[in-house]
Amino acid sequence: MAIVFQPTEGLTGKPFHYCPGCNHGIIHRIIAESMVEMGILEDTVSVASVGCTYNSYDYFSCDAVQAAHGRAPAVATGIKRTLKDKIVFTYQGDGDLASIGTAEIIHAAARGEKITAFFVNNAVYGMTSGQMAPTTLLGQVTTTSPFGRDASYQGYPINVSELIAQLTGAAYVERVCLTDFKNIQNAKKAVQKAFRVQQEGLGFSMVEFLSTCPTNWGKEPVEAMEWLKEKMIPQYPLGCFKGADIDFSKKEVQA
Amino acid sequence: MAKVTFRDDLCKGCGLCVYACPKKILELDTKSLNSKGYHPAVCVDPDSCIGCTFCAVQCPDSVITVER
Amino acid sequence: MAGKRVLMKGNEVIAEAALRAGCRNYFGYPITPQTEVMHYMAKKMVEIGGNFVQAESEVSAINMVYGAAAAGARVMTSSSSPGISLKQEGISYIAGAELPAVAVNIVRAGPGLGGILPSQGDYWQATKGGGHGDYRNIVIAPASVQELYELTVEAFNLADKYRMLAMILGDGTLGQMMEPVLFRDEEPIEKIEKPWAATGRGGRDFHNTVTSIYIDPDDLEAKNIELQEKYKYIEEHEVRYEAYGLEDAEIVITAFSTCSRICKNVIKQAAEQGIKVGMIRPITLWPFPTKIISETADLSNVKAFLDVELSAGQMVEDVRLAVSGRKPVHFYGRMGGNLPTQKEILDKIIAIHNDPNEGGRV
Repeated sequence: MAIVFQPTEGLTGKPFHYCPGCNHGIIHRIIAESMVEMGILEDTVSVASVGCTYNSYDYFSCDAVQAAHGRAPAVATGIKRTLKDKIVFTYQGDGDLASIGTAEIIHAAARGEKITAFFVNNAVYGMTSGQMAPTTLLGQVTTTSPFGRDASYQGYPINVSELIAQLTGAAYVERVCLTDFKNIQNAKKAVQKAFRVQQEGLGFSMVEFLSTCPTNWGKEPVEAMEWLKEKMIPQYPLGCFKGADIDFSKKEVQA
Repeated sequence: MAKVTFRDDLCKGCGLCVYACPKKILELDTKSLNSKGYHPAVCVDPDSCIGCTFCAVQCPDSVITVER
Repeated sequence: MAGKRVLMKGNEVIAEAALRAGCRNYFGYPITPQTEVMHYMAKKMVEIGGNFVQAESEVSAINMVYGAAAAGARVMTSSSSPGISLKQEGISYIAGAELPAVAVNIVRAGPGLGGILPSQGDYWQATKGGGHGDYRNIVIAPASVQELYELTVEAFNLADKYRMLAMILGDGTLGQMMEPVLFRDEEPIEKIEKPWAATGRGGRDFHNTVTSIYIDPDDLEAKNIELQEKYKYIEEHEVRYEAYGLEDAEIVITAFSTCSRICKNVIKQAAEQGIKVGMIRPITLWPFPTKIISETADLSNVKAFLDVELSAGQMVEDVRLAVSGRKPVHFYGRMGGNLPTQKEILDKIIAIHNDPNEGGRV
């Protein structure tokens, strides 16, 4: 027998501090595996943000810079402009990217900044204990929308991928989820495509991961996966919103 | 012929591997606790394992190694 | 441009000095009265293959600075008071992560949107931290266009040497002023290795992390103690000031930057009236020249101090701390973008001369 699946060297091996069933661990792993498989682990700088993944640098075994809340795309811009031949990615949650950091993510994309944003959308603020996020669904109960998010009072969820895809500088934008083997494989392909887009200098790339937060949703991990499929995907449909025509399997890269 | 090995002490007993397994041969061992205080996942019917890696791919904590 | 005097505007000289110091990264956002720094950079940086990014906000600009500094580059931003307020988040992170960077504040009058005319009302913000947490920035206050050049180059060296932010604190008068500058043939650039930078592992068997977060209180306290030791060392080794006429001065003026230029002329006028006035001009506002002020307070010829600022009186608190009640410390300031006239300051000096204890109150 041969080993067909084992932990990746793209991760440091330090046990994750994330709650049971949290999808961050899956996302970390497929990003780390992708860096190793693409041979870019030693040429990558990750930018950690604020939230549950503030210390993602403890887990990714590439170089890393920790950024202030929402500012990761600006920090990544500074790094990438300095290290033009390196791969730079941000790892941000929905409070970070879609609320306090909206200016930074939109303008990084608009500039066509050659960085990759990994955006984890779990419809809630995780680290600060379950407050309403810009991505919280209508009717969803959180610690700051205790009666359920009411559109007339708290407004509507933001569909970040659709928004970013409108910008000419964004070369590749895709939304994925991690509910089963096939979707995780798709998510990993999206991660690798995003890195390739950056390598080829085509512009800004972003992968949005729909993710569960069992703790703050008050659900068992498996129940949370079902809730994601049933409630989140209708609001946040999966798919490629920009750059679907970029196909690296062909020899010539389309610009 | 396939085999799954769990790094028990890293398991948080989330049950996502149980959910992912197409052969339904994984369970949370409610009779034992690991050093973190969770009921770790175990394979209750190793002979039926097909080495599909679905469990390992779904595991958020990289607990599982698969051989085939 | 080396070897001969060139007539240049203060703001442009700051930009030129940065380029000469090896800075190849500039991130900024437009605000009056510092925009010439940006304009100069927008053109020259592209010509020499550096990075110029007009950011979407001051907040983004300082975080780009943070990123470039973390990647090991020499990097600068410039702004004016309201913009520097917005940058305080990033400046605190730069202090926490111990990153070398240079920020320029061409101060305008506040508070709020205030006005675009010169002020020194950001002294407290610059020297006492500005953002959250226990930290310091090196703060340098040039008083001429020539000094803007030399001290901006020096700011990059100090930032690299101590892994911290060095701030050039000017004002609209200095930034907009045209004066001849003599450029050196070669800049005294101190090349400092940055093995801590996040540049990609590239063969290292460990990964570098640039961060300012320490969840364990003991780790964070240890980090703070380390920072305070660094600051103490800087206070002992990097104080810069100009002093003259102290040995026989009856009144000692303390003033920095634009204000010190006005005061210099007043000193001559006072001498014509038989009043001996000396001056201490802090060049580094932090570290502050506490020692020389303290020693001067012990001189028997010195009867009183007069602090002159373009503010309601900010540096005067540091002067009073240094003097520690041994001599009266008087204050004269103008606000709103107004400069004190020589006559106003001279009148104050005459009043203090007539009554060193109470004269300053008039």
